[in-house]
Amino acid sequence: MAYPTDRKYTKEHEWIEVNGTTGTVGITDYAQQSLGDIVFVETPKVGAELTAGKTFGTVESVKAVSDLFAPASGTVTEINAELATSPEKVNENAHGSWMLKLTLKNPSELDRLLSAAEYEKFVAEEAGH
Amino acid sequence: MVEATPAIRKTALHAVHRQMGAKMVEFNGWEMPVEYPASLGGGIIAEHTAVRTAVGIFDVSHMGDIRLAGPQALAAVQHISMNDASRLAVGQAQYSALLYPEGTFVDDVIVHRLDEDEYLLVINAGTREKDFSWVRANTHEFDCVVQNLSDDYTQIAIQGPKGVNLLQKLTDADLSAVKFYWVTRGKLCGLNHILMGRTGYTAEDGFEIYVPADEATSARVWNEVLVAGREFSVVPCGLGARNTLRLEGKLPLYGHEISDTINVWEAGLDRFCKMEKPEFMGRAALEKAKAAGVKRTLVGLEMTERGIARDGYKVLDGGGCEIGYVTSGSPAPFLKKNIALSYVPRELAAVGTAVKVEIRGQGVGAVVVPTPFYKRPKKTA
Repeated sequence: MAYPTDRKYTKEHEWIEVNGTTGTVGITDYAQQSLGDIVFVETPKVGAELTAGKTFGTVESVKAVSDLFAPASGTVTEINAELATSPEKVNENAHGSWMLKLTLKNPSELDRLLSAAEYEKFVAEEAGH
Repeated sequence: MVEATPAIRKTALHAVHRQMGAKMVEFNGWEMPVEYPASLGGGIIAEHTAVRTAVGIFDVSHMGDIRLAGPQALAAVQHISMNDASRLAVGQAQYSALLYPEGTFVDDVIVHRLDEDEYLLVINAGTREKDFSWVRANTHEFDCVVQNLSDDYTQIAIQGPKGVNLLQKLTDADLSAVKFYWVTRGKLCGLNHILMGRTGYTAEDGFEIYVPADEATSARVWNEVLVAGREFSVVPCGLGARNTLRLEGKLPLYGHEISDTINVWEAGLDRFCKMEKPEFMGRAALEKAKAAGVKRTLVGLEMTERGIARDGYKVLDGGGCEIGYVTSGSPAPFLKKNIALSYVPRELAAVGTAVKVEIRGQGVGAVVVPTPFYKRPKKTA
């Protein structure tokens, strides 16, 4: 699959789309496929401080709990309330389902993340195992 | 000397599951499908729903089979099994367990009486070798053969309200004459004398069939079952749905609700344990345990606050003190609730008791509910 080029990716399968100093975060299609039916998404509250590379919540499938890792540091400004009642939307459209928005503390962190092409390559290698 | 790591085991249908694009997982030394692709109607939730509303099929060949036959086969079974096999007519089956002298579980088992002096014990995948050694060691004084037939069968479960309808298309045996927990033999997919039992692990109606374990026959039968099932919207199902289905029905899983540290009374399996039998392994310890009073008991929990209780999570009382642990916990796809089974002290086992489950350091509200969580509807005429 071709991953959207309007955003950056982590090796833990999160994506972040940046607009000015606001980052919008979700998980990738590869992640939702690996997880299977998503039944629960746990996100931090508005105002919480995220640190790049640290866990900020969990996404649960029927069988397992998976940590969510922050692509960048910053303060949470918005949570997608829809995911509390309809977590399956993430399976239906992972790249169109955002989990939270944050005000970026240190935009240079984004340079460390993968481009769409780099992520695609990374996923192809992972899937090959 | 370094022991070689045992290679992972595969059923005869392994290649078929891979071809179908199933997500594979390791389970007790076996590589098994956990779920199938959405393109085939799969996914744990879709598979679970298919079994509750139509029909799903499972490869359960990883389970084991022990045959006891001979003049004293019944006596041998009576010695090692806690239920009363003398009540079985030829063609009848019963749920039971093999117990240690302490009254705790070696394994749970379905005992089938195949003939006058012939019994088949169907046992768990993870306990194949342990059970066979156990049965062998504890029946040598009885005049009967004890055979491990686990590798001889591909076992396919066909489960759901349409399961009987599906299987009837493939066999000349009159399945309407086979009651729940009875077996029959008949021609199936051109194979003669195939054992078919009206049993399962899904809390639904359905059958389990036992066909020769060679890859070609196994694949052919699996595919014929799928084709015959098209008109009923059959879905191939993996271990993911198998677990959520049995959990809704409060069917125990060895290593979780039953184990070598849990006794029959704690597990709530009294009705399958016939203490009126004068002798069976574990009987004396169970009598003592009953007299001493059972301290903890298996209960069903339903989450009342947002969160999913999972295997091993701690259960706390209202004050936050640890009182037990979750033996099995998961979302229940058909009931659309988050449920769990857990051991708690007797005093806190009443339906309606509020407890908490510790989820990532936080106590999340749950309540003791009646079990089974799900019971299949009675068929109306």
